[in-house]
Amino acid sequence: MDLSAINPVLLVASLMVAATPILLAAIGELVVEKAGVLNLGVEGMMITGAICGFAIAVETGSPWAGFIGAAAGGAALSLLFVLLTQLALANQVASGLGLTLFGLGFSALLGQSYVGVKPPATPKLEFLGLSDLSVIGPILFHHDLILYFGIVLVAAVWAALKYTRMGLILRAVGENHDAAHALGYKVVRIRILAILFGGACAGLGGAYVSLVRVPQWTEGMTAGIGWIALALVVFASWKPWRVLLGAYLFGGITVLQLNLQAAGVAIPVEYLAMSPYVVTILVLVILSADKSSAPASLGRIFHAAR
Amino acid sequence: MTETLLSLRGLTKAYPGVVANSNVSFDIGVGEIHALLGENGAGKSTLVKMIYGLVKPDSGTMVLRGKPFAPAEPRSARADGIAMVFQHFSLFDALNVAENIALGMETPPPMRDLARRIREVSEAYGLPLDPFRTVGDLSAGERQRVEIIRCLLQDPKLLIMDEPTSVLTPQEVQILFETLRKLSSEGTAILYISHKLEEIRSLCDHATVLRLGKNVGECVPRETSASEMAELMVGSALKTPQRAGRELGEVALDISGLSAASPSAFGTALKNVHLTVRKGEVLGIGGVAGNGQDELLGVLSGEILTAPDAVRLDGAPVGQMGPTARRKLGLLTAPEERLGHSAAPDMSLTENAMLTGSVRENLERNGFLKWGAAEDFARRIIEAFDVRTPGPDNAARSLSGGNLQKFVIGREVLQKPQVLVVNQPTWGVDASAASAIRQAILDLAAGGAAVVCISQDLDELMEISDRFAALNEGRLSTPRDAAGLTVEEIGLMMGGAHGMEVAHV
Repeated sequence: MDLSAINPVLLVASLMVAATPILLAAIGELVVEKAGVLNLGVEGMMITGAICGFAIAVETGSPWAGFIGAAAGGAALSLLFVLLTQLALANQVASGLGLTLFGLGFSALLGQSYVGVKPPATPKLEFLGLSDLSVIGPILFHHDLILYFGIVLVAAVWAALKYTRMGLILRAVGENHDAAHALGYKVVRIRILAILFGGACAGLGGAYVSLVRVPQWTEGMTAGIGWIALALVVFASWKPWRVLLGAYLFGGITVLQLNLQAAGVAIPVEYLAMSPYVVTILVLVILSADKSSAPASLGRIFHAAR
Repeated sequence: MTETLLSLRGLTKAYPGVVANSNVSFDIGVGEIHALLGENGAGKSTLVKMIYGLVKPDSGTMVLRGKPFAPAEPRSARADGIAMVFQHFSLFDALNVAENIALGMETPPPMRDLARRIREVSEAYGLPLDPFRTVGDLSAGERQRVEIIRCLLQDPKLLIMDEPTSVLTPQEVQILFETLRKLSSEGTAILYISHKLEEIRSLCDHATVLRLGKNVGECVPRETSASEMAELMVGSALKTPQRAGRELGEVALDISGLSAASPSAFGTALKNVHLTVRKGEVLGIGGVAGNGQDELLGVLSGEILTAPDAVRLDGAPVGQMGPTARRKLGLLTAPEERLGHSAAPDMSLTENAMLTGSVRENLERNGFLKWGAAEDFARRIIEAFDVRTPGPDNAARSLSGGNLQKFVIGREVLQKPQVLVVNQPTWGVDASAASAIRQAILDLAAGGAAVVCISQDLDELMEISDRFAALNEGRLSTPRDAAGLTVEEIGLMMGGAHGMEVAHV
């Protein structure tokens, strides 16, 4: 066992990288659930975004085109969910599960010719002077644009939900869709936009896995982090900053346990591998002990009867 | 009448299988308080939804201040000065008062200004409100204030109120009426929907009566007696329940020193409740919704368990028994919520009959169901209580509210309870079905059963109860003989005016 092989600075830096896909997917799902829709298809939209982003980045040679394509791909898949749940009024749980299964299969089909291909590298930003600082530099100022975008997105979602009329209407729709309809708000339209936003965020998160974190294409490479993102939203009590905290906690322990495995710590690998899930859920359960704030219309089908 | 504000001409709206409104015409004048009267299902709600732009008429026209008026959505109706207070509150529990009000406005000012204006307007009209409280924590009366303030902030020309007094104490009703009269004197017209005739007589200038979607007559309420209006509404003279003189037996149900927390986050805990009911007696429990009615029913039915001694049935402690064990002993309950609490909406009437009847009607053997016997039981209920349905195989959801309510009450009455507890037995039920249900309750008591009737309809309680008590914030007032109680006394028992004051501008 050699713990000195673990470099704390690199550990923190890679923690942020590991957390970003979950963060992006979870903040998108948070908006969807705040609008009263439960989309269990996050995993499917992530993997679809992963392959769409990967393929487009490889074909065009530009990672940015890849990320845009990934967002579009995730949103396109969520459009299927829109058709099923908002227009055909199908059950949201079943539709979401179907979306995940479909996304996993469809991405495998799309990705057949991309196995083993290397994607174009995503450039890291250099902040003049700041990036060269000894400890803070590598941790805070040596990342790619998407990572910062994720953090900015959390702040933007938080501010929009709290301070803007758009956010108020979105929360109102998720809270009581019948009352929102009676006041004349377009419940279905607002929910469709929220679902598309969630799809785009999940796609972006998926592409971050295939273009930055790993970076390569393997079938089923999102490996369940879509589900973690879903759980995170619930345990974070639908609060954006807690989603950030949960994502970083999960990313941090994932990276730490990998380092511990590499250092040969005398704990069975299985326990280390399960530790991120256990610790993240434990911490968020304790945090969410305050009054539960689940949107009251979450998962209920809206139908303007009269 | 002065100048006409809104006139409706030949409005018709049909839904598959039912004509909600057929050729309805009337006028509302500026500053007039106009009543819209009718039974449930008479088409009142559909009509006002057309005025508010939620529903588009199939044919017919509306004219507002001389100009054609056809709102495509509530937003444009609001822009034209139409505001509406909904029957089932259109509020968002998790949001605060100011946010709720902002959602009902087109261009709300910034939160701080809005909060200041809410305070100003609410105090001017005697309806005090704290803009930053969460709506889920407010009482029913306060929630209604939120809706009214939301309308008033938009300076409406026509205010539509859909059954506004069903959740208020008599004192609160008086204050609401003062506010409405003041608004009317300032030139705001009010379209007031209700089926409470005395209220309409004291408040409204003019009334239009709807029956089965048609305008069947107009009257000036002050010059028309309540029974004449009732006849217009129902189409025939109403039978009032007959009360037989009877001897009261020994104490059947005894609750002493009962306190229980509410299982729901926005519920009310019961605090030190005492009550006794004797055989052959009907105890009426009034009070504004949300003051512990659901919890009291839960404690009696066995959904909320308490100390064994807190609830006694014929002297035996039952506080820790579940619903099935209590049913076996003869304590039956019929909760308020028809779809979901007292009946399973998607199950057939036979299955629903089995759900509460299996113990006393012997509908199962060794864990296996006796379908034949259950269907017979369902048929007996349908026959005895005149439930209008094609047969016992129909889903509970397919019945109208009144018919399902007759089924739910009938199911318990036919099981020959020792003690029957009902919550809101005639809520949302039309007048003839309501009087049939009340008669059944009275007949049951005449047969020697003890009955606890929880209701928000004071007229109903006065009609059937021997003694009356009121729930207020989880406390039960001392029961008093119902005969001779005045409305003032009842109002005080219900907690008075809850801090409301008469408009003082």
